[in-house]
Parts: sequence; structure tokens; C-alpha cells
Amino acid sequence: MDRSLGTPASRDIVPGRALALGTTIALATLAVLMPLAVVVLVATTADWRTLGPELVSSRMTAAFRLTFGASLAAALVDGVCGTYIAWVLVRRRFTGIALLDALVDVPLAIPTAVAGIALATLYGAHGWAGAFLEAHGLHVAYTPLGIGIALAFVGLPFAVRAVTPVLAALPKEFEEAAASLGANRVVTFARVVLPQLVPAILAGFALALARGLGEYGSVLFISGNLPLRTEIAPLLIMAKLEEYDYHGAAAIATVLLVSSFLLLLAIALLQRRLTTRSVRA
Amino acid sequence: MIVEVRSPAAAATGTAPASVSRAPANILAALPALAFVAVLVGLPLATVFYEAVRSGFAAAASVFSEPYAQSAIVLTLEVAAITVVANTVFGVLAGWTLAKYRFPGKAWLIAAIDLPLTVSPVVAGLAILLTFGPHSPIGAWFVAHGVHVVFALPGIVLATIFVTFPYVARTYSTYLLEQGRELEEAALSLGASVWQTLWKVTLPSSRWALLTGVLLCNARAMGEFGAVSVVSGRIRGLTDTVPLHVEILYNEDAFVGAFALSAALATVTMVFSAMRTIAERRGQTIGVSQRKS
Repeated sequence: MDRSLGTPASRDIVPGRALALGTTIALATLAVLMPLAVVVLVATTADWRTLGPELVSSRMTAAFRLTFGASLAAALVDGVCGTYIAWVLVRRRFTGIALLDALVDVPLAIPTAVAGIALATLYGAHGWAGAFLEAHGLHVAYTPLGIGIALAFVGLPFAVRAVTPVLAALPKEFEEAAASLGANRVVTFARVVLPQLVPAILAGFALALARGLGEYGSVLFISGNLPLRTEIAPLLIMAKLEEYDYHGAAAIATVLLVSSFLLLLAIALLQRRLTTRSVRA
Repeated sequence: MIVEVRSPAAAATGTAPASVSRAPANILAALPALAFVAVLVGLPLATVFYEAVRSGFAAAASVFSEPYAQSAIVLTLEVAAITVVANTVFGVLAGWTLAKYRFPGKAWLIAAIDLPLTVSPVVAGLAILLTFGPHSPIGAWFVAHGVHVVFALPGIVLATIFVTFPYVARTYSTYLLEQGRELEEAALSLGASVWQTLWKVTLPSSRWALLTGVLLCNARAMGEFGAVSVVSGRIRGLTDTVPLHVEILYNEDAFVGAFALSAALATVTMVFSAMRTIAERRGQTIGVSQRKS
């Protein structure tokens, strides 16, 4: 992809490298790296004799288990359904596809607080979906299921849009060849299309997951924020800030940052392995 | 790590019309997808607009004559304007740097710029609070010089810049990398200066890609909630943005006001999002025609 690496003859033709690179690095450091470093720094200077036991307390572990569990579940649903929606968007033609195309982008386009109050109202006891589901004994608002739905909502565009360009670039001839050799639609998709999409699906899964792990606005209203039951990790940070416990907030933020990065790094490594394998094949 | 958000309609233009399959079968295969998206996305979206107008349009409109709502709208426009200018300047610089020069550690710089995409907005707000708050050396220096950063406009702007930092830079650098640097090298070899090359060659030929990133950045800046709610202090009439005011109204059970404000904000951000899609398609067609010619 990086063409500038491929032409040794054109090296250093564009002047101004030191100034442009220096300013870019300085601005990125000032705006992003320095503030994040301060969070980690404040966390390490905390009084860990009191903070350590608190971090492994049942309230903390419950919040982290819920954050990671709900995010993984939502990203999984988004990954599976998003791949199928992407396939419909790229390979099917019918009136109304523009509506589907536009709806998929809505979670990216509307602010999270707006999504949050809409989901809380919709799945609340008096909402369209909430009234129906409660009549059938299913509670969504103030439960982990509600958090999962909110996270699936915000993650969906990432899962779909990671797959559509890759799917659109796949030559249709492969599928036609498989079909002409007698494979039905399901077999064609599972054995011809799907293997080539796996890196893109994983990328979409990782983006939906990353979004879910840090999500706040869309979850805040539907979760009810009950400690031990429906409290997510970003809310713990908010709770600490309300007590003016900056060290505690920084410590939880650092745990969230590090655990998210490790999880996303693992997915990136898996993705790279799968990509190199498919290139070799 | 940024998503290559491309419209399937534009991406699929390469497929021959002969490969279009029968319409009824298409609908059948698409129905579960339509149903899933209608329930997961369509219903919440409909809820926003239904709840806004369920007591009539007059009740919905009355929220916009409240002084606190009006000052929230003004603040949100100010924050978005400053954020967009700052991130556009950085985006052009970063796009140019990443696409036009060779240097070691380029992947690390890209990872650093993309970092805010994987950071929780609450952590982003906390980072700004701890870095520029009154307890930090930087914040203390600003306070000594009479400038309040957190719980004031500068803090809200810094938090919004952090959260929207990658959008212009990565959209633009991805486009410039795809375009290569032959045009710039031609201009420079004909005696143009770097500034002339940037202003007269690079920016005009990549204006749609730049606009794509700018519109995305603007939509996200107007709707930012988590990061801003940490650094704002929520002083009504002073540090209360539209998304924060939605939360205040909702928690006060002023549902009509909360949803009317939400509907207006969502409409604005969705319009910018739609404009972004249009700009992106224009950029792709122009990019393809430039490469072909």
C-alpha cells in the first residue's frame, strides 16, 4: 500500500521533512500522548496499599467482567450479522437498499447521548419494544442485556463497513465458478467467500469491540448503573471523579487502557497471521 | 485501525450489470438483514423523533426558546468550529507528512494518531482533566496566568480535539498515500516551492478527501458526550453543551425537551454524515479519473 517506500530513486525529492515530521510528532505528543501518559503517571503515584485491594474488590471485578463480557458478545453479534448485512449491501440489488445502506451508518452519525436516551426509552417499561418484551417476561432496561443491545447498536457500522470494501473488491467470478461447479449459495459463501473475508471481519470485530469497551453515552441511560449488576468500567471512573479521587480514577483508567490494548493487540496479531497465510495460499 | 468506510454502491460500480440477480430472490435473501437493522437501528432512531413531537410541535419547539438550551447550542457550535479548524490544520500536516516523506517508525506515528479511536471517551476526558486541571503543573501555570482550562471552554475544546484527533489526519493520509507523490515531484522539479506545491497541487487535487475527514470530524465534535462530561463541570449557561444539556433535561424528566434537542442535534449530525458520504464518493471518482489520465 505504501508506495513511497517503493521508489528509491525519488528519495528526498520533497523538501521539508524535518520540519513537517517534527511538527506532526510534537502536536500528536501534545494532544494525545502526553495526556495519556499523565493518566498512567498519576495512577502509578497512587497509594497502592489502599488502591490495590480496591481494584480487586467485587465491585471492580464485576464492572470489568461486565464491560468485557458485554463488549465481546456485542462485537460477536455485530461481526456475524455485519458480515451478512455487508454481503446483502454489496451483492444484492433491490429497491430499499439505499435505506439499509443509510440506516447502517446511523449509529456513527448520531451522538451517543441521543442514542442512549432513545434506547432507554425504547426498551423502558413504557417503550415500544420494552412494553412488548416485558409482557413476554424479558427485561432489557437496567440489565446486562440492555447494555449488550446498546453496544451492538454503536458497534454495527464498524463491523459492516470493515467488510463491504473487501467484499466489493472480490471478483464475482469465484462465486460464479463455484456455483457453476454445483455448489449452492450457502456452500459458496462458506467455502469461497468467507475465507477471504476473515481478516476484514476480524478487523470489524476488533473495532466494534474497542468501541464497546470504552462506550459511555449510549450505555449510561439504559444500564441503570447498579453496582455489581449493571455498572460498566467507564462509569466506575465517573464515580471516582465525583468523589474527587483522581488517583483512583486514573488507576481504573489505566487498567481499562492496558487490558483493552492487550485484547486488541491479540486480535491484530491474529489478523496479521491470517492475512499472511491467505497471501501465501 | 481506522475503518475504510466506503459506500457499497460506489464500490460495487465495478460489477457488471449482467451479474445482477433476480429481484424476488434478492428481497428474500435481504429480509433478515432489513429486519435486524430496522429493529436495532431504525427503532431507536424513530423513538428520537416520535418522543420529540408526541406532545405536539409547539411543545417541542419551546425548548429552543429556553436560554440554557440556546447557550448550549452556541457553545456546541463554538467548540465544533475550533475543533474542526485545529484538527484540519493538523490533518493536512499529518497527511502530507505520512504520504510524502519516508522515515523510520511511520507505523508508530500512525498508531499514535489512531490511539484516541481505542480510548474510552471517559478516559480521554480524564486525561485532559489530569493534564490541564488545577492539580497538575501545567494547569497551575495556566491558573496563575488567569486562564481556566478545565471546567471552561479550553478544556471542552481540548477533550473534543483528543476524541476527534484521528478523523481528518487518517482519512486524508490514507487518500494521499493511495495517490502517490508523482504530482508533487513534478511540481517541485519544475521549480515550485513546498508551499506552492501544497497549496496549488496537493490541496486542490485532494479537496474532496479532506472535506470527507472535516465533515466527519465536525459531526463527531458536535455530538461528543463522554469526554466533555468529564471536563465540563456542567455549569448551565456556561459549560453546558447540547449533548450534556440533553442529559440534564432527561434526568429532570423533561423528556419532550430532551428529545426535541436530541432530534435537532441528530438531524444536524446526520446531515453532516450524509454530506461526508457524498464528498467521499466525489473524491473516489476524481481519484480514479486522475490515476487513469
